[in-house]
Amino acid sequence: MLTVFLQFLFSGLTVGSVYALVGMGFNIIYNATSIINLAQGEFVVIGGLLMWFFLESCKLPFLLAVALTILSAGLVALIMERLTIRPLKTNDLLIMIMVTVAVAIVMRGLLMFKFGKEPYSFAAFTEGDPLVIGGAVIQLQTLWVLGITGTCILALYAFFNLTIAGKAMRACSFDPTAASLVGIPVSRMIMFSFILSAMVGAIGGIAITPISLMEYDKGPMLAVKGFCAAMMGGLGRGRGAVVGGLTIGVLESMTAGYIHSGLKDAVALLILLSILFFRPAGLFGNAAMQRLKGH
Amino acid sequence: MLKLKNVDIFYGKIHAIKRVSLHVDEGKIVALIGANGAGKSTLLKTISGLHRPEQGAISFGDSDITRMAPEDIVRCGISQVPERAHVFKPMSVEDNLLLGAYHRSSRSAQTSIRHDIDRVYDTFPVLRERKKQLAGTLSGGEQQMLAIGRALMAKPKMLLLDEPSMGLAPIIAREILTMIAHLRQQLGLTVLLVEQNARSALRIADSGYVLETGRILVQGTADDLLANRDVQRAYLGRDAE
Repeated sequence: MLTVFLQFLFSGLTVGSVYALVGMGFNIIYNATSIINLAQGEFVVIGGLLMWFFLESCKLPFLLAVALTILSAGLVALIMERLTIRPLKTNDLLIMIMVTVAVAIVMRGLLMFKFGKEPYSFAAFTEGDPLVIGGAVIQLQTLWVLGITGTCILALYAFFNLTIAGKAMRACSFDPTAASLVGIPVSRMIMFSFILSAMVGAIGGIAITPISLMEYDKGPMLAVKGFCAAMMGGLGRGRGAVVGGLTIGVLESMTAGYIHSGLKDAVALLILLSILFFRPAGLFGNAAMQRLKGH
Repeated sequence: MLKLKNVDIFYGKIHAIKRVSLHVDEGKIVALIGANGAGKSTLLKTISGLHRPEQGAISFGDSDITRMAPEDIVRCGISQVPERAHVFKPMSVEDNLLLGAYHRSSRSAQTSIRHDIDRVYDTFPVLRERKKQLAGTLSGGEQQMLAIGRALMAKPKMLLLDEPSMGLAPIIAREILTMIAHLRQQLGLTVLLVEQNARSALRIADSGYVLETGRILVQGTADDLLANRDVQRAYLGRDAE
């Protein structure tokens, strides 16, 4: 009984970490621009598939493949921002968000063109016997996923709250005019936020692929779950996305295990709806803060 | 120090500024007065690089800043205190000041930035009391002080102020304008001051320009403008005599 529960818990935390990373990706761009980048899930897919490409198809050493994958994801984001977001001479967030949807569709198409429809995977980062805790089995890769997520989150927290570059990036979303007037290069900051969030997404993709496989069309579902995670914690709040992601992951896994696996994907959406109804600023956001941001 | 030559600016389809020339000499306070919609803010935004002029040239010192990016103009030494302060509301007072020094923030500059933050706190003691508070929770006058402090953190040679007394109680508005005159003395700043409140602006200014529907109508020393009948009638209102 307990064994089964623990098993569901661990697998929930694993997927949940990836949702948290996707949620963080949303937060990064939101923190710099107030845009919701709905192509966020595609960067996770790019991470998984390119990692397979560099590692299995090009036979590159592991660390080099990781570096190339992360850099390529950053490059794709740079191209995306320069080609589609920057030329828009509009302040209408809705238009920009629609553009990210279009980009996501194009990226999915290109990924299918290159990789086809079948799922890909590669070996776990370290070999070794899985841990057994209370009868439940934990793959070593699960520990990698959790560790990497934790590290990313701490690093991002430090970046946004302790460094001048991170604060400047947040300032760009609060008040782009004032940010320009104090000498912050706003458009470069926006570009940098797209690159950073793509890299975080790709890291998530690299970490999760050995456990859950990766295919070209996994992006939208990941984006929905990550968005729910970010909304649950309050958009723009780092620790919120983590709690949101892990909660959704665990609830999903419990629902699939105890009720029916068909209901799994409904969980995140139910949570999203209840958050929107009852706590639109998120569990950790507060309405007064939201007012200060002016949206 | 700052020179605008035959500047034309379009705001969308509106011809907001028509062949405006003006200059501000080093160490002077120049007031730019005019009614709402005369194009004062548009002109300041253009100097700071937020708008591009259609025609004409803007130079600062020896550099042509007409087509420079806003961040490079800040680097040249022009800081603007925008209309309604535009502080970063969800951030602390201290973070607002830190961001003011963004263009010179490197590891080696940390001590001098710290020192400058203390100087801003000395100038505006109320900001020191509230340094951990979120800027959006400050009163209007305090936000204006913070915006001025933030602009000073860039170590500017010249300050552009867009209606610093707007929406403030008269006594606070007066305090802020006095502070601007004081800062000019203390730091040797050059100031271009945009105001709807012509009388109080001209009181601290050396000279001024009157802008009406995008054109310079009158220019002269502050005393001349205060004595000018047209200016009195149109901008100094009922307390003209």
